[in-house]
Amino acid sequence: MPGTVVTAELLSCSYREGMVLEDISFQVQRGDYVGIVGPNGSGKSTLIKALLGLVTINTGKAALFDISLSDFRDWCKVGYLPQSLHLVNPVFPATVHETVGLGLLSLKKFPKRLNRADNDKISKLLYELGSSEIEHKLIGELSGGQLQRALLARAIINDPELLVLDEPTAALDPETRERFYAMIADINRTRAVTILLVTHDSGAIGEHASKMLYLDKTVLFYGSFDEFCHSPEMSSLFGEHSQHLMCHRH
Amino acid sequence: MHLMEILSYGFIQRALLAGTLIALLCSVLGVFLVLRRLSLIGDGLAHVTFGSTAIALALKFYSAMSLLVSMPIVLLASLGILKLTERGRLSGDAAIGLVSALGISAGIILASVGGGYNVDLLSYLFGNILSIRTEEVVIAALLCLGVMLMLTLYYHELFAVSFSDELAKVSGIRTSFINSILVLLTALSVVLAMKLVGIMLISSLLIVPAATALQLARGFKVCIVLAALQGCCSVVVGIIISILSNLPASASIVMVNLLFFAAACAVRRVVHPKHSN
Repeated sequence: MPGTVVTAELLSCSYREGMVLEDISFQVQRGDYVGIVGPNGSGKSTLIKALLGLVTINTGKAALFDISLSDFRDWCKVGYLPQSLHLVNPVFPATVHETVGLGLLSLKKFPKRLNRADNDKISKLLYELGSSEIEHKLIGELSGGQLQRALLARAIINDPELLVLDEPTAALDPETRERFYAMIADINRTRAVTILLVTHDSGAIGEHASKMLYLDKTVLFYGSFDEFCHSPEMSSLFGEHSQHLMCHRH
Repeated sequence: MHLMEILSYGFIQRALLAGTLIALLCSVLGVFLVLRRLSLIGDGLAHVTFGSTAIALALKFYSAMSLLVSMPIVLLASLGILKLTERGRLSGDAAIGLVSALGISAGIILASVGGGYNVDLLSYLFGNILSIRTEEVVIAALLCLGVMLMLTLYYHELFAVSFSDELAKVSGIRTSFINSILVLLTALSVVLAMKLVGIMLISSLLIVPAATALQLARGFKVCIVLAALQGCCSVVVGIIISILSNLPASASIVMVNLLFFAAACAVRRVVHPKHSN
């Protein structure tokens, strides 16, 4: 089913320190897997937060599913996985089951209640993600990999059409990281979920993503990974050696 | 004096009933406040209550009638703390400190100018639950019902916002609205709790049951139930100890609360040694 899932049009954001994003324009189509890369401080996290309405947009427009962000209410279509280390309070007393259940709230009307079918759905998803053993553990007792799987389950329990991930593998060892990327690629393929992934790992982009967005306060490149690797403009921007290093794992 | 004889007195029955209701409110709200890192909001709002009570006494509103003056002022102050924090101009603790300083200094100035009502006002510093009147018990019961209803209706939203503001927003939850509900309910409970433990000890009713439950609970709902049980038990045991030993009720309640906390820490060390540090 064709359609535009994310639209950014001349979008700019600034913090007190100055401009973080300037004149960002791009579109993400249904079923795309877009990797967002760029150096530290390039505005990657700010960009996805702006697209989710979590930071103020100074100028320009953002839209989700062709609806302007200020009018967008269909949050049940969106799943979000932030950098988990910044997120979880280690003494928070919720179990994984309870935490995953929070992802279902976007589907519920007031007063929001979870029923037996919801609880079964949570258990089933955790089983499918190979995480049944942590279902009744407290969120603060999990390892980095377990925590990521729990928060991923929370992000996809509502069967979103768009999944936004902010450096989800930053705290993971290489083996767990590979498994995690494979899981995301599988969700993209089998559930036709559009993926927006912020990462430092350009190798993972080459392996799994259909498009790459290179950001350094503004969009320097947006296209397929192959186009990036063969782009003379990118060679002149990064130098051939750096471009080769970014592309060599592909 | 025997326990049954103590329990037959009307003023003890009123104290136990009102105390249990207020402890229930404070301990349940406390779980959300502690997890939102707003633990000291109770202290700040209590100081504002002190100032607003001084205004009420200056206007000749006494006892339960003073609530009519205090409540709107404290509700506004709670929203003020929230706005200062949300706009990012001040951190939560600085905003609480600011409003708290305003409340206590206004109270002291009014007490000094008014002169004649200093004794009444000072009773709010340490609380006097044994002097609680029937109409105050009725107000406590009605407010308890209202607050518990709101907490039940918005339980999942409050849980989501306590876990992560960001994630809650992306789930379509109006986080500003939910935060406003939380601080407004806290403000109502603090005004009521003034009579019970006084402003000096009010934050203990909000913080200690939650902190105790966090040591033992394995699940968010379990945590809320444990906090509520501990808060209510502390009030009942504290009041009985205070009468049997002729000690101040407010301080006795807080000491029992703290003993529960120490016991919970000890149990956690034995049951979950890996997660005790």
